[in-house]
Formats: sequence, C-alpha cells, structure tokens
Amino acid sequence: MDSVYQALVDIVGQEHVSNRQEELFIYSFDLGTTEPHRPDYAVAPRTTEEIQEIVRLANREKVPVVPLGGGLSLAGLAVPFKGGIALDLKRMDSIIEVNEKARYALVECGVSQAQMVSYLERYHPTLTHSEPGAPGPATIGGNVAIHGQGDLAQPYGFNSDMVNGLEIVLPTGEVCRFGSCSISSGWFTLHPLPDLGLFLGWSGTTGIITKVSLRLFPCKRIRGVGQFVVENEELVPEVIHKLTHTQMAEDIIAYSQAVPPFSSGLQHFLINLAADSEKELEFKQEIIWDDTLGEYIRRGDGGFLGFRQGLERPVVSKTSDWRKGGGFEYVGAIMPVDTYPECYRQGREISERHDIPYTVLGRCIGMAHAMMFSWTYAFNRADPESIKQAREALHETDDLALELGGTLWKPGLYGQKLVMERMDPHTLELMKKVKQLLDPNGIMNPGNWEVS
Amino acid sequence: MYELKFDENECLSCTTQDCLTRCQYMDIDRDTAKTEILKIARGEDSFVLHDCVTCYACEEYCPVNNHPFYLIVEKQEELNVPPLPRPLIQRGINVGIPFRGEPDIVEVSEPVMSMGTFADLLYLVQGRLFEGVSIISADPRKMFHFFCQLMYLHYARTSVIKERLPNIIETIAKYNVKELICFHDECYGTFTSYAPAVGIEVPFKPIHLFEYLYNRLQELKDEIKPLNLKVAYQRPCSSRLSSDKHHFVPDIINLIGAEYVQREYIDENALCCGGTIQGQRREGSRKRAADVQRRNIEDMKNAGAELCVFNCPACWDTLAGLVAQNGIRPIFMSDLCRLAIGEKPTGWR
Repeated sequence: MDSVYQALVDIVGQEHVSNRQEELFIYSFDLGTTEPHRPDYAVAPRTTEEIQEIVRLANREKVPVVPLGGGLSLAGLAVPFKGGIALDLKRMDSIIEVNEKARYALVECGVSQAQMVSYLERYHPTLTHSEPGAPGPATIGGNVAIHGQGDLAQPYGFNSDMVNGLEIVLPTGEVCRFGSCSISSGWFTLHPLPDLGLFLGWSGTTGIITKVSLRLFPCKRIRGVGQFVVENEELVPEVIHKLTHTQMAEDIIAYSQAVPPFSSGLQHFLINLAADSEKELEFKQEIIWDDTLGEYIRRGDGGFLGFRQGLERPVVSKTSDWRKGGGFEYVGAIMPVDTYPECYRQGREISERHDIPYTVLGRCIGMAHAMMFSWTYAFNRADPESIKQAREALHETDDLALELGGTLWKPGLYGQKLVMERMDPHTLELMKKVKQLLDPNGIMNPGNWEVS
Repeated sequence: MYELKFDENECLSCTTQDCLTRCQYMDIDRDTAKTEILKIARGEDSFVLHDCVTCYACEEYCPVNNHPFYLIVEKQEELNVPPLPRPLIQRGINVGIPFRGEPDIVEVSEPVMSMGTFADLLYLVQGRLFEGVSIISADPRKMFHFFCQLMYLHYARTSVIKERLPNIIETIAKYNVKELICFHDECYGTFTSYAPAVGIEVPFKPIHLFEYLYNRLQELKDEIKPLNLKVAYQRPCSSRLSSDKHHFVPDIINLIGAEYVQREYIDENALCCGGTIQGQRREGSRKRAADVQRRNIEDMKNAGAELCVFNCPACWDTLAGLVAQNGIRPIFMSDLCRLAIGEKPTGWR
C-alpha cells in the first residue's frame, strides 16, 4: 500500500482521495495549450485543518501540492508539472457570513462564482460582488489567487483589490490570518497591518488561501449594458478617458474580434450602467450617450447601439467555437490604456499570421489606470499542429505585451520566464527569499514562479 | 446593375404628396413635399434626406406605389447623407457576411418556410400550426446565406442589397420550391416589393407568415378557444412593404376571439419600435427614440391592451422588455395563435 495515499485517506476519508489513473487524468490538464502532467494523488479536503494536515504530510514526504479551484485558469497554473498532490478545493464551499452593513462576505475558498451570485441574489439582493465573467464553477479563492478581474473593475479595481481579509495555510502548515480578522472577529479590512501582499496573485506558490473576505457593493435595481462602436482604434483611449471622467460606469470593456464578422475591424465598447430608478438611469444615460459620446455620434465617428437591461458579460470562452476542435487560450496582460491601438493592431497581426480569427479585449481598471487585456487564440484540441500554432501565437503575444510596456497577468511558464528575466534583480531576489522562507521544501505548485 | 423603377412624373401629377405629408416624424406641407420629393428624384440634396428616420412608411403612403422610400435611401447613399454613423453602417454590413461554410441544400417538401436570419427563433415554429412544414435556414451558423438584406435600407446601402440579394435568391431557388413562407415579413417585402422595384427576379412565390397562419387557423377552427384578450400589435417597418397583407392581423385576432384594440398608433399610423432611430446620427436621436417608444406604449396602455403582439424580432428586442415593464405581455404572433388552439406558447416571456 502506498503510504502517502493511506495517509491522505486517513486525513480526508477514502471517498475524497484518489490515485486512480482515470481520475488523475482529469487533474492532469486544463483547457489551454499547456502539456498535461498527472498528479500522483487527487485530494478534496473539507476543512482548513485537513489542509494543514495534508501540507504537513507533503512536507514530510517532500511531495508537491498544487491547489486547484475551478481549474479554469487556462495558463496551466494548476497543472501538476512535478506530480504530487492535486488539492481540489471545491468542497470548501461554505458562505460563512454576509455582513450587509459593512458590505462584505466571508467565504471559503471553494465557493464558486455562480454560487456567490445566486446566494446574493436570493438572500441579499441589494449587494453584489465583482463577477469575473468566467464560467460559473470558477471559484472565489482561485480568482483572487490569480489576481482576477471582473465587472465593477472600473470603479473598484482588480478582484484582488476587493479583499478585506484572508486565511492562509502556509506551506509549512501553519494557519495565518491577514487583515482585521487577525486581531478581531471582524473581516472588514485588509489594512493597515498585517497586509503583507504575499498571496494574492501568487498562483498558489506561497500558500493555500482557505478563506476570503470579499468586498460587496451596492446592487442597484436596474443594471444593464449599453454598446458603443467606433471604427478608429486610435479613438479608444480618448473615449475611455471621457467615460471614466463621468465616474458613472460599473464596467467598461473595449473589444474587437474577427468572428462573428459584425465586429471585425471595429472597436466595440460595453458600458455597464446601474440605477435604482428610471430617473437615475435616464440621468446617467444622458450624461454618457448624449453629453459624453454625442460629439462622436454627430461627427459620424461613433455609434450608439442601445442600452439593454440585464448584465451580459463578455464570455471569451465563446471564441473556442471559432475553430473546429473547441480549444482556446488567451494571454492576459495589464496594459496602459494608451497602448490599446497597438495592442489591437499587433494582436490582430499575430492572429492573422497564425491563421486564427483574432479576438482582442480590454477591460478598464480603475479610472483608466490600466486595462486588463486578453488576446484569445482558438485551436483544435485534437490537432497537435493547431495547438502548436496557438502556443506560438500566445508566446509572441507574451513578448508583445512586455514590449509595449505592459505586465503579464497570470502568465504560464513561458510568460513567467519573460517577466522574471526583465524584473528588477533586487525584486527578483526578494521573491526568491520570500519563497524560500515560506516554502523551504519547495512543495507549493512547483514549476510556477520558480526563481533560479 | 439593378435600377430602381421610380417615375418622377407620378410625383409631378400627384395631388396628395402623402409620402411626406403623412410622415409621422417630419412636419411637411403639400407644397414643400412636392418640392422636396422632386429635388430628391433629381439627385439634389433635401432636408428630407437628413431627417428621415427610415421607418419605411412612405412606401405604404404613396398612392401610386412609386417607391418614395427606396428613392430616399438610394439618394442618401448617392449624396453621402448617411442616416447612421459610419461605424454602425460598417457593423451592419459586416453582420450579413456568412462565416460558417456553405448551406447544405437538402430535398424539401412543400409547404416550405424560411427562417431568414432568425434560426435562433426556431422554437416559435412548432406545434400543429406548423405540422408538415419543411424549414430552411434552420441552422444559426449558416442563416446568413438566407438573409434577405433589406435591413440595409436603414443604413442607406441599397448597393449592398443589390449586390447580395441575387445570390440569396439563388441559394433559396436551389431548393426548387414553388412557394416559400417567410418567417419574417422583411423577407416577404424583399421578394414581393423591393426585388421587383429594382428588377431582381424571384423564381418562387413568397407567402406571408400571417396569411399562412390565418389559413391554418381556419383549418383548425374547431379547436380554437376564444382568448378574450385585448391585443395591440407592434407593426414593424417592413410591414409597410406588404400593406395588402396587413389585414391578416385583425383577421387573425378576430378569428381567435381576441380584441384588436383601437388606438391612435394603429395600422397606417403605427409607430416605429425606435430601434433604428436611437442610433441615428442626428442630434437627439436617442431621446427621440425613447419618446416614440413612450408614446407607443402609453397608447397601448390607454387602449387597455393586455398583450402586445410582435412579428419582427428586432422590434421584440427593442420593445418587448419595455412593454413588459408596463404591464403588457409581449408575445409573437405564432405563439398567440398557438395559445388560441390550446398549445403552450414557447416564447411566452
């Protein structure tokens, strides 16, 4: 009998651990172009204490641990490159507390985005969280672990800016709490100390996020999306600057894509507005469409496509359907807003060079402080040549984003290497020290963010 | 190239100038109307070209079927007076480009219906009313091969219609159908009004959906249970191209025991859904569209309408939500008919 397997069974029970090849296969890949690697074990703990025991076991046995939420990062961030334990956190799915007055929700890491949306709609309809537009099973913990972004990014920033507190199981098994929760029972702020910034965005290489206090925001009675379109990509930064000046949108996304053809060569804006009354909605619509964008309409440079109630989030996974075979992956990057025209032109060029219909999308973060970009490439999962072609396009796009002065978001191994090559050497050295301090045996998601 | 059959002399001898004097969106007297329509016919600029909301209604108002609307949009294109901003026009032109391979032409038996570009609404075509009907353009991936293109009248791009429409007709003709029921009356208007007006041959006989529904209801008359509902109808712009079929609206509503409510904006006085108006380039278009919608819905409410019946999916997209917010249930005509014979409407929203 495999002693690690038996130890895992002792911790979580037989029904929540597996070393069967057909089940390990499921944990060996994500939906992107990353080469699959099987873990040796898949484990689904239910409690923080079980996670602590698993991590201690892994340290004793020098076995890698790869935390996994919905498994939807696409960039291979939860692929067990060096085998070990795939730590499936989806059973950690309790919504522990919603504080209406302080507007936060304390949840376990495996609570899914769809679960959060439906729970708030049912029990706290005046509150909402920033939903990332990922498929419903994507988890809250996974999203902040990869520094996610969603609607409400325009007023409030990245999803990792919307965290009020964290509970972490360190790579050595201790539990730490960060934010007000470390000194009281309240989970209402991450500041001022101990806000150490060691876990958000680190893709599970420094610890396992087990609880998250998530900021909630007012959910107005009417929420909807208006669309605006321009031909000239050079107008996009200017339009975004004007829109953000109004401070009225809940989300601003610009995109262009080859398929379906309606958008080809055009730049579309999705602008979310919310209001508690028709009066408030009309006031906002007048400011946005008539006063702010009216000059483009009158000149014939921009067109208003109407406002529709109900949120329709852009779903980039639809691009997987643009080619036979159903695969897709994107490069994510945080870019200055004024690079949009080059991001569009050069991204489109890369796609066309690889014979892949282009999809370029940028979400405005904050008051135009940055845009979160995605360049998406569809491929045929059953065709190695198609996968190779998409991988090359992804790598070229990683290079492009950095050349244009941006920084990569949740990069895969190729992008991580590029980032670390360019990183200030002192910062890189600090990263290495932090990793060594927290994870002396190097068990946490090895392969990712490894500083040589 | 196909040319519009427009006779300037008809306008010279016209005593009503209904095309422009009856326009609901411009206030024009008869003398001005005559002057302006002749200016347009001669290729001169006119305020009408700038202020037209492209509602199609003048096609119906013209007492001699001289195609004033087709003339207006042709001249808008010729004189570069686009009613919409450039990106919307380009977007619209892009919409009609097929992108998922060629359609599979299979053998069909009549009666045959074309969904046009509304394959997504196939759920509206079911039940006993449509028993035995073969459907073409049922695949959303390939429906743009069946797109009648008439939407480009709103975009002042008749050149696009003339370029693409013969290929669309050729594709449909490959099915060797003698008659074709058109799910959308824009397709019906294309084949029966626009195509002949510019000299494009149509080798099949189009059947209006409402005529088909009326005849089927007659066959199923014994199964009709009177609905006893008050019904308003959102008449779409393209219905102006088949005004001879509009009588089927009250005919159907009467046949199923509902009441076709009398209101100000009914039949020839119907108001546009506002979908096109809101995007127009002219100052204040968004508010103008909202005002048209408000007046339209208030009128339905004042008439006591419980249901608002739609034929056009674009009108539905624009107006159905607003109608529902005002306490009137939106429903497609085919669903209304199904309701009358005891079936559950699939698009009931």
